[in-house]
Amino acid sequence: MPGPPGRAADGMAARAWRLKQPSALPGFGPALGYTLIYLTLIVLLPLAALVLRAAGIGWSGFVAIAADPRVAAALRTSFGTAFAAAGVASAFGLLTAWVLTRYRFPGRRLVDAAVDLPFALPTAVAGIALASLYAPNGWIGSLLAPLGIRIAFTPLGIFVALVFVALPFTVRTLQPLIGEIDRELEEAAATLGASRARTVLSVLLPPLLPGLLTGFVLAFARALGEYGSVIFVAGNLPFVSEIAPLLVIIKLEEYDYEGATAVATVMLLAAFAALLVINLLEAYARRRLGFG
Amino acid sequence: MARSAGRSRPPDPAGPAGGVTSEPLVMRRVLIGIALGFLALFLILPLVAVFAEAFRGGLAAYRSAFDDPDARAAIRLTLLVAATAVPLNLVFGVAAAWAVAKFRFRGKSLLVTLIDLPFSVSPVVAGLILVLLFGAQGLLGPWLEARGLRVIFALPGIVLATVFVTFPFIARELIPLMQDQGTTDEEAALTLGASGWSTFLHVTLPNVKWALLYGVLLCNARAMGEFGAVSVVSGRIRGLTNTVPLHVEILYNEYNLVAAFAMASVLAGLALVTLAIKSFLEWRFAGALASASAR
Repeated sequence: MPGPPGRAADGMAARAWRLKQPSALPGFGPALGYTLIYLTLIVLLPLAALVLRAAGIGWSGFVAIAADPRVAAALRTSFGTAFAAAGVASAFGLLTAWVLTRYRFPGRRLVDAAVDLPFALPTAVAGIALASLYAPNGWIGSLLAPLGIRIAFTPLGIFVALVFVALPFTVRTLQPLIGEIDRELEEAAATLGASRARTVLSVLLPPLLPGLLTGFVLAFARALGEYGSVIFVAGNLPFVSEIAPLLVIIKLEEYDYEGATAVATVMLLAAFAALLVINLLEAYARRRLGFG
Repeated sequence: MARSAGRSRPPDPAGPAGGVTSEPLVMRRVLIGIALGFLALFLILPLVAVFAEAFRGGLAAYRSAFDDPDARAAIRLTLLVAATAVPLNLVFGVAAAWAVAKFRFRGKSLLVTLIDLPFSVSPVVAGLILVLLFGAQGLLGPWLEARGLRVIFALPGIVLATVFVTFPFIARELIPLMQDQGTTDEEAALTLGASGWSTFLHVTLPNVKWALLYGVLLCNARAMGEFGAVSVVSGRIRGLTNTVPLHVEILYNEYNLVAAFAMASVLAGLALVTLAIKSFLEWRFAGALASASAR
């Protein structure tokens, strides 16, 4: 197996700068080389094509597309429903993670496995299932119809589908953090006379806050880009329940490449911002709280 | 909610009475009830609905959904796409995990962030960037077209879209586990005179085999179920570039509900098998999978 990669030679001259710390294991060069080539071909170059295309539109073109009422409405719908769904998924994710980590009850393992369901179930399958459940003649829809509540084919349908896809992200982010909480902190709080509610609010929740935010951002990013499970329950009415990813596809089918690129760029920037926030949160948690 | 066979065998960490580090019994019951109710409503009910709708017309109607030649073509295409995309990401995942987990080098955290990038990109955007690159008006499209190679609305585009979307799965399963395992086992094997390859095959691989298996299964389930990215690049030509999820959409939009849910039930079954194997591996070989693999 080849030794260290050629670039290590550059590091020799500067002495302080080294690509890789010395190691007895072989294969670093080929493994990293292959990783970088594959990453570049599959992910980075295509993304660069999008950035290039977006740059060609220019700032004024961008503003013109984003100001189009239908585009603005779709972006508002997408950001709004993703935000609401991530919020609800965070609240119930915290509760679910707490219950699964702290309590023992029959069927706990099964429930724990079920949390991953939205992760493994194809989005289109989830979409038609939710549409059949929440349609006015469906199992849930028919219960709500007499109350005058319609979920399928309204923005509420989008919200329900997004909560479905977002839930595992919040639960799985929080579970290990809850497991790591030091019991002695709680005992100390109780010994010092704090009520259980006070202990939960002042001792347990603060260290979970970065994890809660990370889960929220992950859920939000995923919900913002979600397409398959949404389009079946949304009804896809322009200005009402049309999401941004659907608008990308519609514009593409109309051969409006600039419009599709512009909407996609907004979504991509939001995704990058989310990644940045997550990395900052993790760095903060590592520095201030000693884990993350 | 089904009950597991082994009733709450591990002792309740809070103790039967609750103690100072837990909530009162009533409170615990209420919290468990709310969580289970929410999960049943949002997770379990949709799954039940898939199978209920699929078998609404009886077994014969369910079976006849698979006699349609277009359905068979869709199944064949989906199997072909997964059989191409999963091995590609498998080789990448192993190489990336070896580099990231076993060595310390500059820019490692940037590399890990870049590997995770496809998770944050909407599948629809993933499809769009392939169209911008390989489409008829794309950067490389006309050049490839002149050489008789079609990517968009053809098999290569579907495979590329699937590879992009399932890109991080196997690497994600392997990296945290291999990082935890460190390099001492490999160093011992090398000291004893094993070659690099045989160290990898006989020391590293057996250590991560279950995580690797789960990564492959998850990647496969996602590859077979990918909808958004594939629907942008496939063109949905019936019997030709239609994968199973796209065929589900077409059948559903044609109000052929039994057939749509029958096809969907196959994908749902695949997801269930994937999760069942994951639970089994976590139960049987504790610590064989990296924890918190939510991403």
